[in-house]
Amino acid sequence: MEQNMEKKFLEIKDLRVEYTSEGKIIHAVNGVSLKLEKGHSLGLVGETGAGKTTIAKSIMRILNPVASHVRGGEIYLNGVDVLKVPEAEMRQIRSKVVAMIFQDPMTALNPVRTVGDQIAEVIKIHNNVSVAKSWTMAEDMLERVGILRERASEYPHQFSGGMKQRVVIAIALACNPELLLADEPTTALDVTIQAQVLEMINQLKVEFNSSLLLITHDLGIVAETCDEVAVIYAGKIVENGPIESVFNRPSHPYTVGLFGALPRLDEEVDRLSPIAGMPPDPTNLPEGCSFHPRCPRATEQCRQKDPQMREIDAGHFCACHNV
Amino acid sequence: MKKSIKAPRETSFVIFCRRFKKEKAAVACLIIIVLMALACYLAPLIAPYAYDEINSKALHQLPSWQHIFGTDDMGRDIFSRILYGGRYSLAIGVLATGLGVLVGAIFGAIAGFFGGKVDMIIMRIFDVFQALPSILLSILISSVLGAGFTNMIIALSVGSMVGYARLLRASILSVRKIDYVEAATAIGCSSARIIVRHVIPNAMTPMIVQATMGVAQQILGAATLAYIGLGIPAPSPEWGAMLSAAKDYIRTYPHMLVFPGVMIAITVLCFNMIGDGVRDALDPKLKD
Repeated sequence: MEQNMEKKFLEIKDLRVEYTSEGKIIHAVNGVSLKLEKGHSLGLVGETGAGKTTIAKSIMRILNPVASHVRGGEIYLNGVDVLKVPEAEMRQIRSKVVAMIFQDPMTALNPVRTVGDQIAEVIKIHNNVSVAKSWTMAEDMLERVGILRERASEYPHQFSGGMKQRVVIAIALACNPELLLADEPTTALDVTIQAQVLEMINQLKVEFNSSLLLITHDLGIVAETCDEVAVIYAGKIVENGPIESVFNRPSHPYTVGLFGALPRLDEEVDRLSPIAGMPPDPTNLPEGCSFHPRCPRATEQCRQKDPQMREIDAGHFCACHNV
Repeated sequence: MKKSIKAPRETSFVIFCRRFKKEKAAVACLIIIVLMALACYLAPLIAPYAYDEINSKALHQLPSWQHIFGTDDMGRDIFSRILYGGRYSLAIGVLATGLGVLVGAIFGAIAGFFGGKVDMIIMRIFDVFQALPSILLSILISSVLGAGFTNMIIALSVGSMVGYARLLRASILSVRKIDYVEAATAIGCSSARIIVRHVIPNAMTPMIVQATMGVAQQILGAATLAYIGLGIPAPSPEWGAMLSAAKDYIRTYPHMLVFPGVMIAITVLCFNMIGDGVRDALDPKLKD
């Protein structure tokens, strides 16, 4: 096990997370296992409500303590199980080892404090520096994400959406984290800004030598940014592998469906083919494979038995009985 | 447009002062309050008579050059009594409100931020407090602690504390769901830091506005306590007490009521305006 941990920088084993809401139990994450090596980037793709953000928040351990419960599993980061370390130690890990870029830059910044102040805060918490020094470092960070250093004393409402997302990225990268969790970093932005922000994340990732876990529902973004991809459905990973392998040979019927729903430039198609049906109710998941009610290839076996991950190509795993 | 190189960063207090200065009405009110406080502080030098000097030959006199605010039912000079009384009334208004806000904010913030059992326990205890009218609660506490200035302030602030706690808790409940609170956790802030630096500054506006109005409530509350012998002991003047003593003469000698009443009204108005100015100066969206 020791050897295993040396190799893997981030390793999630059989993570299970539940939310309770009005007496109902919502099964958000149901046994997710993931691995990520140092310097690599992994795209986590899935529909809204598939559990992507919950996984990221579990790694940061910032799930709402009242509504959510981690029911099982381990998350090793540099060999440390972040689900078990004391809170004081976890505060040191956050930002220093793992940092998160939030989905919506409009709400991820505190409206009553200047952006420079907010970047300086994270620097001050994790480095033993003077206030003046942390402020200078904050201005340097702003410059690195392409914002004039003079603007450090301005408030979030004086920035545009894309600029705010740059500030959020500057906060995430301020302490040079080893792992960056980007939770749909471009969803709230318009398309031209999306490209700029993605490019910047890519560039900074190389510059800071960070690993990246990119959460998105946009396969195009994954193709541009990531080395590996994991497809998640109803809180389970259904397909996982190197990007070329998964994109060239999508195997799980859900992944196939996702690609079918994408417009393509090289093919003449009148209509896109969406995946039939709706994502399952997370309070009442179907028996067997969670995807079987929507799956065109479902058999009796799928209705009864939950498929396990099997290696179908080098490093390419898929959880389906029929592959 | 060229931007000159900025001077070293201003502290947030300097920024606050600069922006508060732009709130003309609030600054004027602040000056009035300061002048009033100063006049009351210097009462022994300014007041033409002693506050307890009884003149049986000059009862109920209307304002004149000898007694610019007139005299009361014992022939005491109302102007002098207002000056001396302001020492108590202003101090009671400010200190009792301040203490109520402080204690209320601490409990309200803890209840709102942590939620769950902590919230439940604090709020149920406060429910018990709120089951009694706040003035009854103050009377109860002051009769346990005894009369006197400090005890009265404690008694009055306990009565108002629950309201502030509820108000802050309510706005924290909505603020704490916003992403930046989660983001603050994600950068490694401790709970105390998140509450003080991220949550309260975004949630305190309703409480500040409420507190500025609370000052008047406390001055009048002090009068109620004085009425049943739990406030400032009798010969010492105090605006609320002067007001309630004068109400028996409202038809015959209204000036006795008007002057302390006007002083309370001015104080309240000024604190309200200052509160508005503070709120606007603290809100970066209204900047410049």
